Amino acid sequence: MGKPSLACKPGLAYRGRVADVYDALAAPARRAILDVLTVRDDQSLFEITTRLLGDHGISLTRQAVSQHLAVLEEAGLVSSRRQGRTRLHTLDTRPLRAIARRWPDKESS
Amino acid sequence: MIRIHLASIFVSDQSKALDFYTRVLGLEARQDIAMGDGNRWLTVGNPGAPGVELLLEPAGHPAVGPFRDALVSDGIPATQLAVDDLDAEHERLTGLGVAFVQPPMDFGPVAVAVIDDTVGNLIQLAQMKG
Repeated sequence: MGKPSLACKPGLAYRGRVADVYDALAAPARRAILDVLTVRDDQSLFEITTRLLGDHGISLTRQAVSQHLAVLEEAGLVSSRRQGRTRLHTLDTRPLRAIARRWPDKESS
Repeated sequence: MIRIHLASIFVSDQSKALDFYTRVLGLEARQDIAMGDGNRWLTVGNPGAPGVELLLEPAGHPAVGPFRDALVSDGIPATQLAVDDLDAEHERLTGLGVAFVQPPMDFGPVAVAVIDDTVGNLIQLAQMKG
């Protein structure tokens, strides 16, 4: 089942992307992965899995972490690149700004 | 009683591997026996301590490439070596040009880091505390 196409209305397509961010953030494990990625950029799957256990006491298989990373990457919250032969993951907070813009912080505005 | 006396890792170049594991890491060369086709039975051990050896095995088998590529892509170490002082080794090895894929991370009872052994593997260094 594909997602309904919103491509004909740019504004709606944009909102579709933000909805993905909400889905990505809904899972506690994925929020913990984002926490892990705040420690430093360019972490391998192995490092993320190790930090989840060591720093957060969350025991997940590498397969599960890999699937969560795919969702986060789809939502634009994580970017990945290859350095040498290893794939490294970095937090990208830009999609969160769309949320902040939608509900601006009253105290800072 | 069955005991572990040998563990092995695949290395893409045995001469380069011997240099890295002895001169850079500080392990001792043990056995070096010609096995034909340019392959050697090549082992290293703990300095001054006979016993368990690490076999630096040729990586010529066609399954080794895809196997190692998959591990390295996910940052998974081939094996783990112990150190007394991880921060000191991090500084020493960095000075020797060793690449740390993962800098030292402290998890209380253990501190770990991951290096690239230059012959196709990631190796985890671990300092056990207390």
